[in-house]
Amino acid sequence: MTNYRVIFDITRTHLQSRLKQTSVAALGVTFGIGTFIIMMGFMTGLNGLLDGLVLNRTPHIHIYNEIKPTEVQPIELDDAFAGDMNVIHNVKPKESLVRVHNALPLITELEKDKRVKGVTAQAIARVFYVAGSIQLNGVVNGIDIMEEVKLFNFGDYIVKGSGESLLKRNNGILLGAGAAKKMSLDVGDKLNVSTANGGVFPLKIVGIYQSGLAEVDNIQSFVNLKTAQQLLGEGNNYISDINVKLHNMELAPEMAKELTKSFDLSATDIQTANAQFETGTSIRNLITYAVSITLLIVAGFGIYNILNMLIYEKMNDIAILKATGFSGADVKKIFISQAVIIGFIGGLLGLILGLGGSLLIDSAPFETEALPTIKTYPISYNPMFYIVGITFAMISTFLAGYLPARKAENIDPVEIIRGQ
Amino acid sequence: MKVLETKKINKHFHNPVDFHVLKDITLSIDQGEFVSIMGKSGCGKSTLLYILSTMDTDYTGELHLAGELVSGKPQQELAVIRNEHIGFVFQFHYLLPEFTVLDNVMLPARKLGKKSYKEIRQDAYDKLELLGIQEQADKKASMLSGGQKQRVSIARALINDPAIIMGDEPTGNLDTKNSENVFNIFKDLSTKQNLSLLIVTHDQDFADKTDRIIVMEDGNIIS
Repeated sequence: MTNYRVIFDITRTHLQSRLKQTSVAALGVTFGIGTFIIMMGFMTGLNGLLDGLVLNRTPHIHIYNEIKPTEVQPIELDDAFAGDMNVIHNVKPKESLVRVHNALPLITELEKDKRVKGVTAQAIARVFYVAGSIQLNGVVNGIDIMEEVKLFNFGDYIVKGSGESLLKRNNGILLGAGAAKKMSLDVGDKLNVSTANGGVFPLKIVGIYQSGLAEVDNIQSFVNLKTAQQLLGEGNNYISDINVKLHNMELAPEMAKELTKSFDLSATDIQTANAQFETGTSIRNLITYAVSITLLIVAGFGIYNILNMLIYEKMNDIAILKATGFSGADVKKIFISQAVIIGFIGGLLGLILGLGGSLLIDSAPFETEALPTIKTYPISYNPMFYIVGITFAMISTFLAGYLPARKAENIDPVEIIRGQ
Repeated sequence: MKVLETKKINKHFHNPVDFHVLKDITLSIDQGEFVSIMGKSGCGKSTLLYILSTMDTDYTGELHLAGELVSGKPQQELAVIRNEHIGFVFQFHYLLPEFTVLDNVMLPARKLGKKSYKEIRQDAYDKLELLGIQEQADKKASMLSGGQKQRVSIARALINDPAIIMGDEPTGNLDTKNSENVFNIFKDLSTKQNLSLLIVTHDQDFADKTDRIIVMEDGNIIS
């Protein structure tokens, strides 16, 4: 039989009469939870940024024609040599085109697949950028600019000019920032490109592309798919790479295997290509959680300490409550509810502090050569952090309150009343 | 009718050495009787009082309160019995210092939970009025003088209309005038409201005016 209103009134009076101590205890929780949220938000934001740097641009499945020796040599197909051990020395790759066979029907087929979000085709041409007397190595990627922007956030990496202008001019080129700097070229300038088979094509720079990876920016540039095909002297069925984006990234390995088997081509999935990113992310998360939980535990000890002191101060009150008919369980409830109220108020303020800190970091300028589209520090506002934060605040304060409260429950009133 | 009755209560202290503090205590108190317990320090009178009050359960023998055997009941039930049937007055007033006088008086009744908040509030006012301190009702308990505090704790003891009031030297810390006052209040309660009282005291004058004196020595009742 517990009258919760009485318990609550006693709790409230205890907390109010010790406003300073209560506030200090609550502030401990506030800082613990606030820091937890800021750390989680910041670290996750950074993780997202770093992952995005690679994962956004990486197709879930990359289809291409790998140059490799024929796996089944002609001799093995001949019945006359069946059962013999045939050894061929010095096997060389077969001369074949780098393009994907039957690329156009394959793209149509892929686009019909329900798992596929989008498909982009590319034609890669190795060229030289002609800058006066010197020639620089370059790779020109023929792309469908609108699809790339839509599926692989290509627009984020165009630092000058715009991707759309590629559509307006057939001879437009988005030049890598490193290459542009080397040749001191800028948007609007002309650039001659010489191809492997000797032709020289005049192109006009409509934009500068910067990936943040210097090696790429020094050689990579983008043109329309058709322009690349012209550079190569090939028809519009020449496609060297097909990039597939799926609705669900997890299906990539399975589907890559399927494609390799049924179309006789090479298909790499994102998990195989970027296994190390998953590892990096999970380790960073682990560190964040470890630090945050340590902070919360420290806050928990603060509460434990303050409640312990409170109970020593309140020995007489506890004795008198017990003498007048409050049971040990009632006394325990009084002290646990004090801890939980401190945890709840402190936790709630911690959420506000966390949100405020996140907003502050979010608006702090952060500019780096490597990340052209990032202007401020990345922050994640995942509501999960806030839920975890307040839950942890409640649980840790409950535990911190439980031990002292149990001590209060077991205090023998006679000892205290007689001890005076 | 017997309000309180004990049969062969024995208690030992085990720390630091075994000490037989109460030896075969058998006594009873009638409805409306005003009884005092006297004896030298260490004779076991306070120990006996705390056993009778159900707060100390480490004893052998039987204790009946209002006709009911309470020995061996769990703590939870004993708390309810204390709440409903026993009023307590201590030497050191033991009010909750952060609460108002009225809140202090109301607490046991709110714990009992048999009446509405409003009724309890009215009861508490009535009790304070009975003891002549109703004008202090809204003050913090820590602001009162010793004599006033003791009257508040008597009001609190009365709030649930208990079967018996127990006191452990309730006048021990008061001057003569306030002692007199408290005694008169007790006497009134005993005669007018037919309330039973059991008071441990050192004060011979106080004891002489009660209905019956129980004298203890070395753990025995000698008269």
